[in-house]
Amino acid sequence: MDLHFTGATPAAEEKAAVDGVPLAAIGVRRRYLLPFLHAIQDRVGWISPGALNYVSRVLDVPPAEAFGVADFYGLFSTQQQPPAVAHVCDDIACKAKGADRLRAELQKAQGPEGSSKDGKSTWRRTPCLGLCERAPAALVRVAGERHSEQALAPASASDIRAALQGTQFTPPTLRASVPQMGQAGLTLLRRVGQVNPESLAEYRASGGSLALRRAFEMGPAAVVREMIESKLAGRGGAAFPCGQKWNSMLSAALPRYLICNADESEPGTFKDRVLMEGDPYALIESMIIAGFATGCEQGYLYIRGEYPLARRRLEHAIRECRTQFFLGNNILGSGTRFDIELHVGAGAYICGEETALMNSIEGKRGEPRNKPPLPTQVGLFGKPTIIQNVETLLNVLPIVTEGGKAFAAIGTEPSTGTKLFCLSGHVEKPGVYEVPFGATLRQLLDLAGGIAGSGKLQAVLIGGAAGAFLGPQDLDTPMTFEGTRAAGAALGSAVIMPFDDTVALREILIRIASFFRDESCGQCVPCRIGTVRQEEILQRLAAGKPLLSHATELVMLNEVGQAMRDASICGLGQTASSAIESALARFPVFPGEPSEANR
Amino acid sequence: MNVQNAPDPKIPVPRGPLPILPAQRPASMVEITMDGKSVSVPQGSTLLEAARSIGIDTPTLCFLQNLTPVNVCRLCVVEVEGSRALVPACSRQAEPGMVVQTHSERVRLSRRLVLEMLVSSVDISTAPQFQKYMRRFGARPERFGEAAPPAATDERDTAEPGHHHPPEAGAATVAQPVKIDNELYVRDYGKCILCYKCVEACGVDAQNTFAIAVAGRGFGARISTEYNTPLTDSACVYCGNCIGVCPTGALMFRREYEMRQAGTWDESRQTRTDTICPYCGVGCTLTVHVQEERIVKVTSPLDQEITQGHLCIKGRFGWEWVNQKK
Repeated sequence: MDLHFTGATPAAEEKAAVDGVPLAAIGVRRRYLLPFLHAIQDRVGWISPGALNYVSRVLDVPPAEAFGVADFYGLFSTQQQPPAVAHVCDDIACKAKGADRLRAELQKAQGPEGSSKDGKSTWRRTPCLGLCERAPAALVRVAGERHSEQALAPASASDIRAALQGTQFTPPTLRASVPQMGQAGLTLLRRVGQVNPESLAEYRASGGSLALRRAFEMGPAAVVREMIESKLAGRGGAAFPCGQKWNSMLSAALPRYLICNADESEPGTFKDRVLMEGDPYALIESMIIAGFATGCEQGYLYIRGEYPLARRRLEHAIRECRTQFFLGNNILGSGTRFDIELHVGAGAYICGEETALMNSIEGKRGEPRNKPPLPTQVGLFGKPTIIQNVETLLNVLPIVTEGGKAFAAIGTEPSTGTKLFCLSGHVEKPGVYEVPFGATLRQLLDLAGGIAGSGKLQAVLIGGAAGAFLGPQDLDTPMTFEGTRAAGAALGSAVIMPFDDTVALREILIRIASFFRDESCGQCVPCRIGTVRQEEILQRLAAGKPLLSHATELVMLNEVGQAMRDASICGLGQTASSAIESALARFPVFPGEPSEANR
Repeated sequence: MNVQNAPDPKIPVPRGPLPILPAQRPASMVEITMDGKSVSVPQGSTLLEAARSIGIDTPTLCFLQNLTPVNVCRLCVVEVEGSRALVPACSRQAEPGMVVQTHSERVRLSRRLVLEMLVSSVDISTAPQFQKYMRRFGARPERFGEAAPPAATDERDTAEPGHHHPPEAGAATVAQPVKIDNELYVRDYGKCILCYKCVEACGVDAQNTFAIAVAGRGFGARISTEYNTPLTDSACVYCGNCIGVCPTGALMFRREYEMRQAGTWDESRQTRTDTICPYCGVGCTLTVHVQEERIVKVTSPLDQEITQGHLCIKGRFGWEWVNQKK
């Protein structure tokens, strides 16, 4: 390509950072754009014009485009900033657990957001970090030759400051995240905290690889048959029938690709993180089986950038699997070929949307694509692609070993198998819980020790920021796909986040509106501007300063919501108003108005 | 001899046999129902083409016949039976048996809101098509409240994605100072609706220069060179094809911009004359806009076979000598 560059040149360390990224000999080179930007960000703490020019030259990408990509992601900075940055969560789950107080303390000790007393460290707010069970949370990144990233949760202002100075904390054990740990009857959480997540030998000694061997004996068509029979529905939020998706891949042209969507960033969601931290080999095994069954020889695992521990464990596991013939050209002597490339997100909720995620792997802005065509027709690099979420993939193991029929016998008729739920906010024992589908909201809250805080339940957010609020009157709702739908909610990513009666719901709603405004990719008008107007209306209502009247504001809010739902390109815009609308329909959120006016 | 290849008397006959056009397979037709009427269109046609074939006026902003549809403005959305959300007519292909509504209440609401959102956040003073659309759909953008104060120079260009600081009061807009960094054209991004057309024209759809791209995210998304570098240091080759496709006047000839500032721009006193560019052998059609016997701008017709509306720096800007001669 005939590219034009400004005169900015890279510093030696920026060049070294880029040159240190190992490149595969084959494939689309532009997919290294995000890895290169990560390398620079990790080394010097920001993406300078000289560094960007160097990356553009190496990858033959126009600098304006490379800048557009760097400037899209929250974890890349295109402005110079101190090398040590604390990203402090101010999202809804952390808000219920003292995040506002933490920020106030930090501001006192460290100065206002974005400021730096010593030029070496700063802090800024961040949306949900997926550490909600140990809220309040922070992610501290220190750039340098030996850069470090660590998640702190629960985080204190003094720990954050120490981490900014370079102190390394030992991550807490997974017991803090999985209260059911070690109990009988667990399937997906069986090994979490029980089996060393850094040893393939121990994984195999605990029954790992049985499903893979069984799949190799059965052959691809039989595995897909079992998947169809299992009636497994996708766990990422859309609940698409997996068997149908896998089956549609069988007639697709080659090459085909498999993607594991590990970009869970729905506020309140952390189950995939716990699975990856606690049982990384199981995810690899599931991906191999999915690749084997659908005819994919290359898998891509896209993990969100805010999960340093899960990433390290997966990197280690993938490396080890390659040396142990558990990945590569001849897996377990079966002749099956499959490998996994790990891609790390960079702070963009939208990249959890499947087509935005594909663009992100391809080194582009995480803008969702228009559908049709579906990913199974035209997906990653334009090839047929099957994409599944982490929890969904892990269900493949019991389906292969026990059979689809046995799997379908668990749970309810339309919602089969066991399900992971993310309980956070005002519950006594927050964490990931695994239950067979069918448990009610009340049962799940009881499992987590009941309502914390004041002990009096005000509202429960189901399914995350893109979900819906339920009230105390809805506690007998079965937490199944069909049960939540009947209650006017959706299971989404299985977030269950109760708030006690001391929480100001309007603040939670404004935070949700603000989240969508920040996380909209900006591509389509209804979402780009609708999320802004939605936040503005809520701000005015909360301040008791409606433009004309309370009622006209609610009409506008409703119309903006409908336009976003109807006319946005992707699920982000289509669901950006759902939690807010559900709350207004159920609770008297804004002061000084009769509750009917809120309906 | 193949009739299609019959020589035009004005074109010299080449020596040797004429190449024969490959036989075209007749396109198979797709039958759909649109607003209760049965419509038959060639396979691969979009719903927009189907609508236009039976005279249904479908509003568009980001669509342009010479560019790949990006379907981002969502003004052309229509309702397709069985589809949960509305679909963009500009890019959705007609499928056999589709039942489409282009006037339903849902369609009208989304179109009205798209217009209200855009007009409440963007300066549309040089985009007259908005007035027509706003009347048609009953859009009242003022109901979102008074505009918040404009951004300072480079403020929007240096905002990081993620946490925003909302203005104290008022409806957020993209208002900002005009970027004037060269003699040929200005960039007034306070008028930008982010239709992506300029990026497409600068990129693979026409020029392959890639001087600009979309940067930022959400409401902070914007058209930018790398690090907001002035055009004079960027990859820009001043073909002006971005100006040619800009629907709102955000990208404007420097001459037009200055005349508008001075209050002397008057399209009612302008003539438009089609001619052939004198510079090279390609033979692009130029439309020369003349006011008071001076060329004030040059465009090229979108349906022109050779240019499809696109020109190069010489055709687009190389006419000052004509004015000098006067």
